Amino acid sequence: MQKSLHIDPAKCTGCLQCEMACSYEHTGVINPAKSRIKVFNFEHEGRKVPYTCTQCADAWCMNACPVEAIVIDAATGAKIVKEATCVGCKVCTIACPFGTVNYMADVGKVQKCDLCAGDPKCVSACPTGAITYVDADWTGLDRMRAWAAKANTASVSA
Amino acid sequence: MGWNRKVLRVNLTAGTCAPEALNMAWANDYLGSRGLASKYLVEEIDPKVDPLSPENKMIMATGPLTGTMASTGGRYTVVTKGALTNAIACSNSGGYFGAEMKFAGWDMIIFEGKSPKPVYLYLENDKAELRCAAHLWGKTCWETEETIKASHQDPQIKVSSIGAAGENQVLFACIVNDLHRAAGRSGVGAVMGSKNLKAVAIRGTQGVSGIKDFPAFLQATQAAKKVLADNAVTGQGLPKYGTQVLMNVINEIGALPTRNHRDVQFEEAGKISAEAMHEKRPTDGKAHLVTNAACFGCTIACGRISKIDETHFSVKNSPKYWGASGGLEYEAAWALGAANGVGDLEALQYANMLCNEHGMDPISFGATVGAAMELYDLGILSKEQIGLEAQFGSAEALCKLVEMTAHGEGFGKELGMGSARMCAKYGKPELSMSVKSQEFPAYDSRGIQGMGLTYATSNRGACHLRSYTVASEVLGIPVKTDPLTTDGKPELVKAFQDATSVFDAAGICIFTSFAWTLADVQPQVQAACEGDWSMEKLNEVGERIWNMERQFNLAAGFTAADDDLPPRLKNEPAKTGPAKGLVNGIEKMRPEYYKVRGWDANGVPERATLERLGL
Repeated sequence: MQKSLHIDPAKCTGCLQCEMACSYEHTGVINPAKSRIKVFNFEHEGRKVPYTCTQCADAWCMNACPVEAIVIDAATGAKIVKEATCVGCKVCTIACPFGTVNYMADVGKVQKCDLCAGDPKCVSACPTGAITYVDADWTGLDRMRAWAAKANTASVSA
Repeated sequence: MGWNRKVLRVNLTAGTCAPEALNMAWANDYLGSRGLASKYLVEEIDPKVDPLSPENKMIMATGPLTGTMASTGGRYTVVTKGALTNAIACSNSGGYFGAEMKFAGWDMIIFEGKSPKPVYLYLENDKAELRCAAHLWGKTCWETEETIKASHQDPQIKVSSIGAAGENQVLFACIVNDLHRAAGRSGVGAVMGSKNLKAVAIRGTQGVSGIKDFPAFLQATQAAKKVLADNAVTGQGLPKYGTQVLMNVINEIGALPTRNHRDVQFEEAGKISAEAMHEKRPTDGKAHLVTNAACFGCTIACGRISKIDETHFSVKNSPKYWGASGGLEYEAAWALGAANGVGDLEALQYANMLCNEHGMDPISFGATVGAAMELYDLGILSKEQIGLEAQFGSAEALCKLVEMTAHGEGFGKELGMGSARMCAKYGKPELSMSVKSQEFPAYDSRGIQGMGLTYATSNRGACHLRSYTVASEVLGIPVKTDPLTTDGKPELVKAFQDATSVFDAAGICIFTSFAWTLADVQPQVQAACEGDWSMEKLNEVGERIWNMERQFNLAAGFTAADDDLPPRLKNEPAKTGPAKGLVNGIEKMRPEYYKVRGWDANGVPERATLERLGL
């Protein structure tokens, strides 16, 4: 079964544990500046929103890459950057409609979420369950359940 | 490691920024943040220095756990000689600024001298520059943050700044970061203003790599987070209700100082409580509270984000205040509310927003308004002198006075001196509810006896965050003690003071101590920092920090006579509630405390105590 990251912004407190876990997993350093998931703080609305790659099925970044440095991880469905192949042309960063592929000036490559080979570290780091890793075919299940709970199932007798 | 081993020294007089190596021998003795920065301060300034003179220094410091996944590991401290208190000051703030300093590669920044004109420090990793702040001077903390981010075209910069209060040297001015977090107490913002330093703006992209044993650190931080999540206070109470969970609790036990401590219970406490923040307003059908919020790395998330009622008289013509904003936290709600007898939640939120916007400590501001209202009530201050009618309970007066104080207009200038100087000026020094000129926070020491000793002996003037014995006396953490007696309190206060020093020095939030003891902190420090960090050593570090601060204050001219409470708390019994008929037993506790501390009858550390601690 393929899984997807599922983000519920209403549960996010803005602690950035996800950014720390992501950067540590990929660089060995606690460094939110290198995180592939970012939490955005809309102060005046009181909203915090974690945002990262949704792993498009027909991925713009993959299609745009001139050197085929972005490939599909068959096990997870993640679009992964092969750093050895990436030439740092940044075309993928332009192609991605969501901005979730970004250039790393210090190494001359791009980076994006790779789902940590099926064990996303942002998920285990999140203290509130705002980021979960769920059945890719059922990312709507929680919301369906919430609406189902509101359904009036009391029997209507004459 | 834990530390970056790097200090930035900024000489504002000369306009220079120079890196230097962190003194690792001191790091080994004082751990970091509050402890280590205080050691630098004590070594570098004359204790008798005028806090607002160029000879005073101001240090912004992180701890070894700042910028790590240790829960709440985002704290930074501002250490200086306090403008309000003339004592050693250490004000602690959350938000994201502290972690950014660490990510830029620094442990602390030492500011010395005074800039000839307004400047701000811009730090981008190793690059440090003082830049002209002429265009920022006069701007609010909120505008300053926005302007700096826009001018650098970098929304990821983190900013700490002063507003009009710090610029005008309001003696309880604070330093605000991330819009609504603050190094709040003792007037550290006035010191920053006296140096013509408007802001510190940091972008750090290097991260924290110097953890001694990463696998052990991840394991230790994970285990400690579970303790927080499983605890009723840190796992449920604080995330849901914030610190405001205390309003009704403290009122019920008769320890909610009301109308400048004339009363110990506030008849309108329910209207300004956490529960009220959750209720839908009749005017717009919306709850005051929008959401909770965490500081960097915090898995508790006690922070409150609220929206004021747009129809409230204070803001109905000011849409800029209609958005979500920080507050109310318990201390602010108490100081702006119960301390003045004001039961209008929206008015408190307005006053709190102005404190954040202009950089004022809402505790000292609110408590000073309470003192002014009592002077007004006694006929010592007139409507003409204040410029308005200032009876207890007046939300209109509160809202006007916060504007006047922030902008230094009229009577606001007098409020800006703090209650001790203001009450002395009008011949009633005894009406200032303060210790070492710093106003009490939200616990009446007649109903919680240990807090009287906490306030009297706090090295930074009256403060709840130096030994929060409320945890033990009210909540039973880690053991329940009777709030109405003085028995065992000297030992309790010492234990809390020493442990708290270590929490602060590590770079974590003291609120973790509702669930954590030092035994939960120790494995995290041990895994992060070079060297041996046993429980025994941490306890010693805490005691060393406390005694070092004490030594500074004694050298600054404080004596045992300053370890005292205002006469009201010693002579006027509580009128209602469980503490009815009680005064605080400070006179009994103080000599016992000195003994427990290894100090002589005058509160001076004995030679043996100093030698034992290597001081």
